[in-house]
Amino acid sequence: MKGYKIIVLAKQVPDTRNVGKDAMKADGTVNRAALPAIFNPEDLNALEQGLRIKENFPGTTITILTMGPGRAAEIIREGMFRGADDGILLTDRAFAGSDTLATSYALGQALKKIGSYDIIIAGRQAIDGDTAQVGPQVAEKLGLPQITYVEEIQSISKGMITVKRRLEHGVEVVKCPLPLVVTVNSSAPDCRARNAKLIMKYKHAKTISEMQDANDDYLHLYNDRPYLNIKEWTVQDIEVNPIELGLAGSPTKVKKVENVVLQSKGAKVITASDEDMDQLMRELIENHTIG
Amino acid sequence: MNSVFVYCEIEDGQVAEVSLELLTKGRSLATELNCKLEAIAIGYKLDGIEKDIFPYGVDVLHIADDKRLAPYTTLPHNSIVVKLFQEEKPQIALMGASSIGRDLGPRVSSALHSGLTADCTSLVIGDHEDKKADKVYENLLYQIRPAFGGNIIATIINPDCRPQMATVREGVMKKAILDPKYKGIINKLDISRYTNDIDFVVELIERHIEKSKVNIKGAQIIVAGGYGVGSKENFDLLFELAEVLGGEVGASRAAVDSGYVGHDRQIGQTGTTVRPKLYIACGISGQIQHRAGMEESAQIIAINTDPEAPINSIADYVITGDVSVILPKMIKFYKANTK
Repeated sequence: MKGYKIIVLAKQVPDTRNVGKDAMKADGTVNRAALPAIFNPEDLNALEQGLRIKENFPGTTITILTMGPGRAAEIIREGMFRGADDGILLTDRAFAGSDTLATSYALGQALKKIGSYDIIIAGRQAIDGDTAQVGPQVAEKLGLPQITYVEEIQSISKGMITVKRRLEHGVEVVKCPLPLVVTVNSSAPDCRARNAKLIMKYKHAKTISEMQDANDDYLHLYNDRPYLNIKEWTVQDIEVNPIELGLAGSPTKVKKVENVVLQSKGAKVITASDEDMDQLMRELIENHTIG
Repeated sequence: MNSVFVYCEIEDGQVAEVSLELLTKGRSLATELNCKLEAIAIGYKLDGIEKDIFPYGVDVLHIADDKRLAPYTTLPHNSIVVKLFQEEKPQIALMGASSIGRDLGPRVSSALHSGLTADCTSLVIGDHEDKKADKVYENLLYQIRPAFGGNIIATIINPDCRPQMATVREGVMKKAILDPKYKGIINKLDISRYTNDIDFVVELIERHIEKSKVNIKGAQIIVAGGYGVGSKENFDLLFELAEVLGGEVGASRAAVDSGYVGHDRQIGQTGTTVRPKLYIACGISGQIQHRAGMEESAQIIAINTDPEAPINSIADYVITGDVSVILPKMIKFYKANTK
């Protein structure tokens, strides 16, 4: 069996779930430096679905494709520690300011350069935007069918994939021909942990930019061991129409950003003492809020 | 003047609540812009569906009725909407931020190269001056939503691309019939002109609709818990208080993500929007996404160990302390005072 060629679309995101007090600057903009950067959680669920296919179909390869700044190579290594075979970092200042559509265009052009794939798997949405748009938009850019909200890839056979979707009010099982784009929910199984052997194997994997800072002792490694080379693509490496990139290629513009300012309603402050709690419940019953 | 369009989701032959809410919002936008409100319904056996749609002030209803169009699959619905929008050129298009709208919306926006803003909490008409290009845009749709973990509220616009697209969650907009006798026009679409055979490659094998047992949207009293509740076991206290008061249990996203309760109880921008008589927030810090889903509650009690928690600023009563101490007292004194 020849296995399948899987591309996992992943994003490095600020961990918005752990926003501390220094997350916002005095001028009301986001202080990205104060937020830890992580592998977008649902993209890890997506990777796990890919890894399960790889287990069941020997010969399957998994490539992680991410767009972001140089440091986003961290999540490619993270994916390799868990079982991905290689990765491509799409990075260029020309991508800065992309909305979901310009992002999907760039990812779509990178996928066209990759050329062949059976299954493109992405997380349903990224926690910094929660839009859930990039998966379906990449599918449209490539003219592929899409299946969103996937909880489990149940089987692949004779060029058809069967998946279970978890929707707001129920469950669907659908069948679709390959190739296609699948987006995976957080209700899907968590991604397996890093594998110690793979950490040893890939801990020195680097992009070309990162290699420039590497110690001379390691430089020979990258010639001897090609799997340590994480591909780094800029706009020069993919075919693009510059007006579709970055801010210029983004139909949506941010008109205004407001820091959230709270004005107190002047709440009654009460303690947890028996007297206060008794008084509170009496008040709520008397004004017919409860009871 | 180009129209405002609403994609109407059909569930079991009925128009989804979120679509009716968007028709109401769409009507007020269309009136302000002095243009028509149009709607599209795609499904099977849709005879009579206009009776549910016209009263919201819909001027033109486009209907695509075919056995293969229900239940929903992405590609044929996408082809119909894209082609229809290319013909009708709406200035604004609204969809529910449901599992259908969030599947369809991005695909349509990509095909039309039009911007789409997800999960808006407010939609307003306004102008925009692009100082760099020395250009003034009149009557744009301001698409307003919390962003970045709720630390900011962003106003998004699409100055140049049409339609300006937005998705909105169920419960965010209020549903109201404009005129029960409102007369609109029906336009039946010829499916063969709008779809191709390859649109039907996805085959639905099985479908279970699980009606949610939880009805937080309709509850008059909600006891909601956040990450600060600390564990699944501690949530039992919330269930106990909710039962005693005749209410429902809700949760913040952090509590749902931590596995304390199911997603169907999530309140906030990416969950359900609620407006109960009483909202008891337990161990909820109160980020904007959560507040967006509950701040219109008539009375709010905030219970938190942090006296500086943001939720306190919108609360009517602030109790600083531990949920596991305070809830049993509320139960005790409620019972004592209602005997």
